[in-house]
Order: sequence, then C-alpha cells, then structure tokens
Amino acid sequence: MHMSTDGRKAAGWDTIHRSYRARMERAGRLASGKVVAADDAVSLLESVLEPGDRLCIEGNNQKHADFLAASLARVSSDRVHGLHIVQSNLALPAHLDVFERGIADRLDFCYSGPQGLRLARLVAEGRVRVGAIHTYLELYSRYFSDLTPRVSFIAADAADAAGNLYTGENTEDTPAIVEATAFKSGILIAQVNRIVDELPRVDVPGDWVSFVVEAPKPYYIEPIFTRDPAAITDVQILMAMMVIRGLYQKYGVTRLNHGIGFDTAAIELILPTYAADLGLQGEICRYMSVNPCPTLIPAIESGFVEGIHCAGSELGMERYVAERSDVFFIGRDGTMRSNRIFCQLAGHYADLFIGSTLQVDLEGNSSTATLNRITGFGGAPNFGSESRGRRHGSKSWLQAGEEANRGRRMPRGRKLVVQIVETFREGLEPTFVERLDAWDLQQSFDLPLPPVMAYGDDITHIVTEEGIANLLLCDDLLEREQAIRGVAGYTPVGLGRDRAVVERLRKKGAVAYPDDLGVDKRLANRDLLAARSIKDLVHWSGGLYRPPARFRNW
Amino acid sequence: MDHLEFEFEGRGHSPRRGHALVGVVGSGNLEVLLEHAELGGNCSAVVDTSIRGFDSLWERVLADFVDRHRLADVRISVNDGGATPAVVTLRLDQAAAEIREEQS
Amino acid sequence: MRPVRRSYDEATARGRIDGLLDAGTFREFCGPTARRSSPHLPALGLPVSFDDGVVVGEGRLDGRPVLIGSQEGGFMGGSVGEVHGAKLTGLLERGLDVEPAAVVLLLDSGGVRLQEANAGLIAMGEIQRAVFRVRAAGVPVIAAIGGRNGCYGGMSIVARSCDWIVVSEQGRLSISGPEVIEAVEGIEEFDAQDRALVWRTMGGKHRRLLGEVDALVENSIEAFRMAVIGWLEQPRPLDLAAVEAEHARLEARLRRFAECRDGLDVWRDLGVERPEEIPELDADAFNAVVASMEERDR
Repeated sequence: MHMSTDGRKAAGWDTIHRSYRARMERAGRLASGKVVAADDAVSLLESVLEPGDRLCIEGNNQKHADFLAASLARVSSDRVHGLHIVQSNLALPAHLDVFERGIADRLDFCYSGPQGLRLARLVAEGRVRVGAIHTYLELYSRYFSDLTPRVSFIAADAADAAGNLYTGENTEDTPAIVEATAFKSGILIAQVNRIVDELPRVDVPGDWVSFVVEAPKPYYIEPIFTRDPAAITDVQILMAMMVIRGLYQKYGVTRLNHGIGFDTAAIELILPTYAADLGLQGEICRYMSVNPCPTLIPAIESGFVEGIHCAGSELGMERYVAERSDVFFIGRDGTMRSNRIFCQLAGHYADLFIGSTLQVDLEGNSSTATLNRITGFGGAPNFGSESRGRRHGSKSWLQAGEEANRGRRMPRGRKLVVQIVETFREGLEPTFVERLDAWDLQQSFDLPLPPVMAYGDDITHIVTEEGIANLLLCDDLLEREQAIRGVAGYTPVGLGRDRAVVERLRKKGAVAYPDDLGVDKRLANRDLLAARSIKDLVHWSGGLYRPPARFRNW
Repeated sequence: MDHLEFEFEGRGHSPRRGHALVGVVGSGNLEVLLEHAELGGNCSAVVDTSIRGFDSLWERVLADFVDRHRLADVRISVNDGGATPAVVTLRLDQAAAEIREEQS
Repeated sequence: MRPVRRSYDEATARGRIDGLLDAGTFREFCGPTARRSSPHLPALGLPVSFDDGVVVGEGRLDGRPVLIGSQEGGFMGGSVGEVHGAKLTGLLERGLDVEPAAVVLLLDSGGVRLQEANAGLIAMGEIQRAVFRVRAAGVPVIAAIGGRNGCYGGMSIVARSCDWIVVSEQGRLSISGPEVIEAVEGIEEFDAQDRALVWRTMGGKHRRLLGEVDALVENSIEAFRMAVIGWLEQPRPLDLAAVEAEHARLEARLRRFAECRDGLDVWRDLGVERPEEIPELDADAFNAVVASMEERDR
C-alpha cells in the first residue's frame, strides 16, 4: 500500500510493530510463557491472524508444520480470510483446504508435487490467485523484499520453555523464514515434536520466537531421496559411464550437484568401481551439494566424495552422517545441520549440475510440466543454471568457458549444466519433442510464460543412452538443433536429423558417442555397481545406515 | 501382440557357427537370439512384441544394428516385453559382442 | 569394499549355471534355438521366452557329473507353465538313466503360472513325483534358493521334497506369498508391506533357524557352488522311518511355536541370545550363531 508522506507522519513509522504488539496482547492469554497448548492452537491462530495477512507455512521436502497447517484449516473464516500464503512447498491436503474454505485466496509458492492436480482445479475455479510460481531462492529472496510474512508457522524438533528451538537434521528452510519474520515485526509460531528442559543445541534463539506449540504427533517425514540400487538399469549405467568419461574426467569436475533420481544414483554407484579404475579418485567429485542420499555411501567410504553440504536430511541416514563429521556439517551436539539456502548457493556456484527432466525441445529447453497439473519448480532451476555472477576460476569452469568462447578476447568461465535423459520414457513417450507441453500449460493456467525448468541457453550438455551433445561447441541454433537430434535416438526428433551435419558435429566433438568417449558398452551392466541393493549400502556403512522398513528386504 | 518379420541386405561379416542369447523377457525388457543361418548373405529378423504399432521403429533399429556390426547370414529373433529402443539397442549390441567372441 | 563376488541373487538363470559349474562344461538340453516356448501365452496376448523360463542340462561340478536346472526369475516370476514343468520333470527323469552325482535345482519361482494353471498344477505333481523317484534311486536332489522371487507355491513343496536346500539371505521359502496371506487373512494378521516382517517369517535366516534349510550362504555364486559340492553323492535316507521322524518333528514344532506371532518370538524361544540382531548379521556371523546353538543342543 502506498502512503503519502503526510499519511506516514500521521500514522507513525512503526505501524507494523504496533500491530505486532496488539496481536501478541490478544494471544497472550492463551500462552503460558511462550508455550500454547495444542488444544488452543486454533484460538491462537484466530488471535494473531488478521484478514489479508501474508502467511508463511513452513513446508520443505522433509518436514512440514503439519499440525499448524491443519489448525489453520479449522479457523473461523469470518475472523480469518483473504490470507496471502507465501510458502515454498505445498504438499498436504490442509494446504489447499484453506483456499477451499476461503481462509486464503492468494498464493505464491515453489512446488506443489502431489497436490498439483487439485491446485489446478482451485485455480480454474478462481479460489486461488497465483502470484507466481517461484524457485526456492527467488521466494526466499522475496521474503526479504515485498513478500515478507506477517505470520509464519515453522516446524522444529524440540523447544525449551524459553522458546529456543532445535531443528535437528532437518533445519532446511527454517532460518530463512525465521529471519524474515522475526526482524520485520512478524509473529513466529513454532510447532515442535517435544518440549524439553535442555536442548541438544540451539538452532533458533528463543527471543525470535513468539509462541511454541507441542504437536500431538511428530511432524511426518518421508524418505524421498532414497533410490534402491536394485532398480538401476543397464541403460542408466551406460549413461553414467559416459558422464564420468565425457564430463567429469574431461573437465576435471570437483564441485558439483546431483539431482535426485536413478540416473544420478547410477553415477554415484560407479564412482568406486568404474571411475576408480580410471584413476579418477581425488580428481573428480570431491565436494557435493545434495541431501545425504544413501547411494552416496560407497563413494564416501571409498574416499571419493570428501565433503557434502545438505539442504535437508534423509530418513535412516542420521547415524551414518553423524559418524562422518569430516564429510558432513555437524553441530556440536553431534547431529547434522542442514540449510537449504546455503546448499542452493553452494550448488549454484559449483562447477556442474546434472539432473533429469521429462521433455527437451530443439533449443535444449527442458521441462517437467505435464498437462492438467501445476507442480512448480522447487530448487532445480537454481542449481541448473549458469552462474553469471561467478568470478573465481577452476579447471572445469575455465575449460568449459574456453569451449564457449567463440573468439572473444575476454576470457570467461562457464558452469556445466547437464541434463541426463533416456530418449524414450516409460510407455515409449519420446523425451525429445518439437514443442514442450509447457506451452499448453501456460495457456490453460494463464501463466506469464511457459514453466521451463532449465533454459536451453543455460544447458551445456545433454546426455542420452546414444551419446553426449556438447552445446558449448555449437556455433548457432542450427548446429545446436542438430546436436540434440544427434543424441535423440529413434524419437521423431532423432530420426529427423541431418546425418551429414551430425557427422560433422561429431568430428568437432559437439556430438560424442560411446566409442568416441572410450566407453565399452559391454561393461554396462549391474556388476559395475558398487552396491546393488539397500543391504549392500548398509554393509558399506558398517551398519550405520538404517533404512526405513519399506526399503528392507531382510 | 505384434509379430513382425524383416529382411535386411547383408553387410559381409558372417559368423561361422553358434548362437548368442542375451536378456530376459520382462516388463520393459527383451531377449535377443542371434544365430548363424544360410540366408544367401542377408539377415532376417523376427520380432514378437507386447506393444503394437511400432513396426517402422523396429525396422530402423534393426537395420542400423545390421549396418553397425556389418552382419551377414544372421537370423535375429526377439521376444519383447515392451523395451525402449535404448534397451533394445543395448541388448542387440551385447548379443553381437557375444557371438563375435564365440567365433574366436 | 569392492564387490568382486558375483551376485547369485542378481544373476540370470544361465549366469547362475555358468558360475556354479566347472567352466565350459555345461551342455544345454532343449536350448533356446529349439524354441520350445509356451503354446498358451500367445493366445493370451503375452510374450513368450525361447526357453519358457527354465534352463536345463548337464555338466560337471568339482569334476563330477551333475544334471542341473535353473529357473529364470525375470520371466513371469519364474512361474511354472506346461513346457517349463516338462523340462524340469524330464531333467529329473534323466537322473534315473545317468545316475549323476546330484540333480541340482536352482529355484527362483512364485509357483504355478496362473495363465497355465491346469498344466502348471499337473506339472508340479509330476516334478515332485520325479524328485522322489530320483531320490529313491539314491541320487541326491539339491535345491538352491535365491533371487528376487524366492520359492513359493508348488515350488516350495518341491524344494522341501529335496535332500538338501541351500539359501541366500535374500532367499525366501514359503507356500503362500506375503500378499496372498494379507489378502486372505487381513492386514492385521500379516502386513505384506512390512518387508522386515516378511523376511523374519519367510526369509532364509528364519528357515535356517527352523531347520528347514541346511545351509545359508552369502549372496555369491561361489558360495552356492561350495555348498552344493559338499552334498554331491550324499543322499539323505528316504524310507518310512525317515518320513515318520519328520512328521513327529513337525508336530512337536507346531505345538512349541503355536503362540508365536513373529519370527522374533520363534528365535527367542529357540534360545537365540539377541534375536533382534539376527536380521542385521552377515552370513558368517549368522552361521556362527547357528553353530553355537547346535553346539549347545548337542
């Protein structure tokens, strides 16, 4: 709201703070110190929230303020309505119930995953006005600009009576939300699994926290980063071999980020075998920005990966991580400290990002958008993009920059941004397409632009089971298109290649096939995996990794 | 199910004997059997696949395979449980490597 | 730790035979080029396999002649159809003619192939009868169980009709599968999603502790090979006294463990000191526990 200078003088310069004090006073009768009983949670929210407030409900990959989210869905919509939700991860039914009930009507978010279909319906019905679909770093940045929450719900492992919080292994987004809320006169309500006399460590100082509610049930965590090696295919192993020879070895990539999937799990699991045989230990893959994926255990144990910073944790990995404090970031209490922003930043300025996608077009734009669903971005675009603000050199960055230079006099480096895909997905759906579904999605949901996960001009390489397209070595869009067609196999896009042009591109290295890379296809089988089962991972970890029940077969 | 039969012009390399079997018929997987056969220098292929309507795709993949390994007098037999071209190509190449090994 | 060992559970039917037998000695009967595939599956619109999911033949093991059959768990869950069953029966009957040092069956099967249920059921009876005929002739029949399907349904009955059974930790042996039990008895009785429970009640370690299998080995073809070699030319008695003794043992067992709800209860009752640690033990450590218990009971 714009206020004239005269209006400002009349209202004073601390209106937000006075509003904060009024809200705290209204809610004070419900609290004993800072602690509010779970039964009073709905009353608490009705006391502190005002119509039109911007509200952040903490929701990450790993933990959710699920009890407070469910409580919000139960407040009186006469008293609380028209909220503007600014929240990174929409995952629970309650997150959308508030729109169904009119408690909230505006939304800025990053990722909606399983709720994507219902969200699309609510948007179509006009119950949700979407401000924007952000990436994580963008939304957090807006918390410190024009989307600062008036009230935030956060989730923590434990609190003490003074409101100090312990977030355990899953600190994740908490610091960003806390900082933006507490220092702009916002109200911070923490849902905790337990209230204790003494915390293992303090992750959030108590005087930043307004209220603490002990939830009836601990917040729910899913093991979403665990990939069972038993499901890795020979084709994925072939692609992993190409990545190691054609990218990690070629450029000497030491700092990198892996997306989550079976393709990248295959890479992790042939580091101690295939890459070690190539003498690459200590030369590649030394520092990673990634959650503690169990498939990283063999690479850590064999001395390949020396350091990992995590955005969040992974169920079952807690003890293993805690016992490897040389590798992970560990608190004085002995448990891991994660932080999504710092992990995203480290990944953004790394030498390489590699991840999968669903569709790639002829310019190399990639998208995970599917029709009828609004799923959003999460953090992949922050990792999977060129870091134009980077200034420090490294072997990989400089070498890639040289390939991209095109005779300019000023040298500059280049981050490697790699998409790894099979030419066909399940059901023989081609991955390579002339036109992304994202264009249709833009139309049906009236988005300002098609939801592209990684832009073609950010992508440097596309890896398929056919080979690697090196887009840095393509002189123009025409060459880029033919390089992409050259690795698109038997998809219509691949069959439409100009064989002569592709052969020329192959000569200059813009297209490389397994033979060109020195990759022996016959080795592409599961014998190459350092671990072929979850049980193997447990053995590698010396029994420290404790997989959740659904991943056990013993 | 689709039953497909193809003939390809041979490319010179004829295995003198033996056969090679690679892969297992399962969802998204296939088995490939390569056999020496007197085909007047040509190659033939028989494909039984659980997914219908990909005739031309199979023909392209198999023609490229015969060409790539310069095969002659080889009968290619495939039982397919809906494998992607990526898996098909990998299994074909593995079978070709195996039958080559058998000759030495 | 680089796994140089060749995984038994992961290997194909042919890979298991190649690794188990003396190198280069295997000669296949009715191989894939004979194309003896299922006559029933095409009518149902399902793909066939050139060997109908089972490899049979002869070869040498530690220099001695053996007959060997190996089920391909990747093809229709190792299920037994008409041709598949006939190949196993024929293999066993050949044992009567050539009297090898053993007939070795590498089992990886969910049981009868539902699409060929009648033929498959008859085949089970034929296989079991053939096992007993070979055994009656003094040729030991050895079953090896590993792989993703374990050994269920009719094949579990065949396995328990053999002289010896060796199992990997991942191997499972039971008549009804977890999903079947859950469907019939309800999730309160058995939660098939609880993988650890499945292995505590059907897995190799549980079967070994109950005395239903004779050896548990690590997941390597070499370990299976060594176990099988140890039983060549070593038939178990198959007479009335042996059958009656087994019946008495089973009856006593049923009474003893009637109240147990979980493998853990059984193991505790058997005198395992720290039953909750059993699932985490590797094959060597587990076998040390078994050996110390056998020592104590002696």
